[in-house]
Amino acid sequence: MAKFKMHMLVCGGTGCRASSSDMLYKNLKKEVQEKGLENEVQVVTTGCFGFCEQGPIVKMIPDNTFYVGVKPEDAIEIVAEHAIKGRKVNRLLYKDPVKKEQIPDSKHMGFYKKQIRIALRNCGLIDPENISEYLALDGYEALGKVLMEMTPEEAIQEVIDSGLRGRGGGGFPTGVKWKIAHDVKGEQKYVVCNADEGDPGAFMDRSILEGDPHSVLEAMTINGYCIGATKGLIYIRAEYPLAIKRLKIAIEQAREYGLLGEDIMGSGFNFDIELRYGAGAFVCGEETALIHSMEGERGEPTFKPPFPAQSGYLGMPTNVNNVETYANIPVIINKGAKWFSSIGTEKSKGTKVFALAGKINNVGLIEVPMGITLREVIFEIGGGIKGGKKFKAVQTGGPSGGCLTEKHLDTPIDYDNLLASGSMMGSGGMIVMDEDDCMVSVAKFYLDFTVEESCGKCSPCRIGNKRLYEILDKITKGQGTMEDLDKLRNLSQVIKDTSLCGLGQTSPNPVLSTLDNFYDEYLAHVTEQKCFAGQCKDLIRYEIIPENCVGCTACARNCPVNCIAGERKQVHLIDQSLCIKCGACMEKCKFNAVTII
Amino acid sequence: MTKIKSLADLKKMKADLQSQIALREKSDNPEGRVQVRVAMATCGIASGAKEVMEFLIDELEKRNIDAIVSQTGCMGYCYAEPTVEVTLPNQDPVVFGYVDKKKADDIIEKYIKTGELLEGIIPVNYEKID
Ligand SMILES: Cc1cc2nc3c(=O)[nH]c(=O)nc-3n(C[C@H](O)[C@H](O)[C@H](O)COP(=O)(O)O)c2cc1C
Ligand code: SF4
Ligand code: SF4
Ligand code: SF4
Ligand code: FES
Ligand code: FES
Repeated sequence: MAKFKMHMLVCGGTGCRASSSDMLYKNLKKEVQEKGLENEVQVVTTGCFGFCEQGPIVKMIPDNTFYVGVKPEDAIEIVAEHAIKGRKVNRLLYKDPVKKEQIPDSKHMGFYKKQIRIALRNCGLIDPENISEYLALDGYEALGKVLMEMTPEEAIQEVIDSGLRGRGGGGFPTGVKWKIAHDVKGEQKYVVCNADEGDPGAFMDRSILEGDPHSVLEAMTINGYCIGATKGLIYIRAEYPLAIKRLKIAIEQAREYGLLGEDIMGSGFNFDIELRYGAGAFVCGEETALIHSMEGERGEPTFKPPFPAQSGYLGMPTNVNNVETYANIPVIINKGAKWFSSIGTEKSKGTKVFALAGKINNVGLIEVPMGITLREVIFEIGGGIKGGKKFKAVQTGGPSGGCLTEKHLDTPIDYDNLLASGSMMGSGGMIVMDEDDCMVSVAKFYLDFTVEESCGKCSPCRIGNKRLYEILDKITKGQGTMEDLDKLRNLSQVIKDTSLCGLGQTSPNPVLSTLDNFYDEYLAHVTEQKCFAGQCKDLIRYEIIPENCVGCTACARNCPVNCIAGERKQVHLIDQSLCIKCGACMEKCKFNAVTII
Repeated sequence: MTKIKSLADLKKMKADLQSQIALREKSDNPEGRVQVRVAMATCGIASGAKEVMEFLIDELEKRNIDAIVSQTGCMGYCYAEPTVEVTLPNQDPVVFGYVDKKKADDIIEKYIKTGELLEGIIPVNYEKID
């Protein structure tokens, strides 16, 4: 057997593959072979490292060197310098955005410092297409332990004791859900994995399925044993081709090894898993809609109860959990409920994966212990606000969540604190906003999404959200009235109280939280027709400051509608009746002579 | 086919597979382990650093010592190649010069196992930055 003294881990996640990491992998492999190092250096494709913005990423083991932005042609230098001579290729090292210094290894990068990886433990570490690597890292040991050494009741108790709550948004205690499905009688029960992931900007579930598919298969099988089910279904959106491909490979390999199928590990327990594809409608992530979609019906929600645990897929008891929820299970069984519950806050245990995005220096996928503060996430892991701008708000919970502000920065993040502050955990989207973001527009953006995605079954959601959107639109155009502000609040409350499913019940949250936290901004739009952030086109004007203008003509030459007049070396003037407010003049002017009023 | 027929089967398989991936797990917490670095610049390779490195990797594993062996670039001691730097947990690094297999064996047996210093130590004349 080859004795590798060095491993090159090449990210094979969707982000890095989009910038040719598979070509890079091939080149590295070829270089290694040409230099006769194939028995010393192992080149591996892994799942996402989380730092996708810096990708493609290559991590060198054992010295943990973290190369970013690696191009396929860099393979030659990496092999010649690092693999043969042991010298780091400095130009490929990550540069700290704040301190401006190069950081050679991931351990010392702010982005990774405060992270604890449980659900993402194997992402970026193992080859997801090779079951051996999963097995080498305790893979399927939790399943073996449960099948051979624990009763279903004991295993469920372990999950209850761990304090794990659903990571798909609602935060329902996972073990309790399992116990309900266990206690209900049914001739055939089902285990469903919700891999619909509809929140805009969230991609944690996709990354787990791409980087560590076996952890989800193992957990679903454990769940099958616990509730007495023999069939598992993964509902995944068809837009996730790489995740689907890796899941198929993983299912095939698990069957081959006797870890899925009949008589698993000689225990007498049978369980198998199939994939079901969704067309990617947001509402199909709601569990009752998801079940209908799998049954071939329209993906519309129905009233609960009955809950899926009572009557789910084909009317049978069904346990539905989210991908990230499942990914935690094997670790809980292996390390014990006590270990797991030692991480996190009193009522929210373990870690949560967030997709950190927006006006922040380090964008990416992070896994942090519950109880970490927003400040730590944004300023330490995220490296602060881009371009030295001022922090304004952070949106959590996607279209169901709200915007938090400066005063919430030191609140420990967990399910209950986020709810109490007027937002929610949701599936883990986290979008950071700076002084240039207009909060009325932000609310409008989310409402636009909800209106698009509402299934239309019930009127508060179908009609109400549309009305909310129209009022917001009016306000951003400077035509809002004080009465509209009251209407926003009242209508929001009605939609929340009367909608059938979670989509409608939470869709006004972005409006309510921005009204609460940024009422000034709404007021300015309504009473002064002003947008502080300069985002609402109808409320701003581009003007040339005569004292600063030197008449260089740059603005006039770049204006797409030719609405700037002026001779060379003379002060220029914008014809406001023609200006389309594209901002090109301001961007081109080197003399700070164009301003927004 | 590699059917796993019992938990014991699974554990045995894991034990066999573990060494393939051990390096990745170990590098997660380098401070807690013996770290050995072999200088692998042109002159180092010319004077046999490669063989010394292979010997160290094999022997440390055979003797069950939890260590990470890696290579570095030029350490600036061309006159004394091959050179090997050893860092015991929570101690300052020590550099050995003129290391051949015999000397490497001494390093494992004496310095790594018992902390006893050997001849041929080169005073460390640089500060590590990382
Ligand atoms: C409109 C709407 C969309 C949802 N989308 C998702 C989703 O994409 N993925 C998901 O896991 N849960 C989603 N949920 C929550 C699911 O209904 C369900 O609570 C969850 O899958 C249960 O798993 P958990 O307990 O492990 O979180 C959504 C809920 C609603 C109301
Ligand atoms: S609340 Fe909206 S998405 Fe939910 S059932 Fe009603 S119309 Fe459909
Ligand atoms: S680019 Fe600026 S300085 Fe030049 S003409 Fe336009 S406003 Fe004046
Ligand atoms: S904002 Fe655009 S359209 Fe208006 S003056 Fe400037 S360049 Fe012309
Ligand atoms: S896809 Fe490569 S780091 Fe995320
Ligand atoms: S090249 Fe060997 S020490 Fe410099």
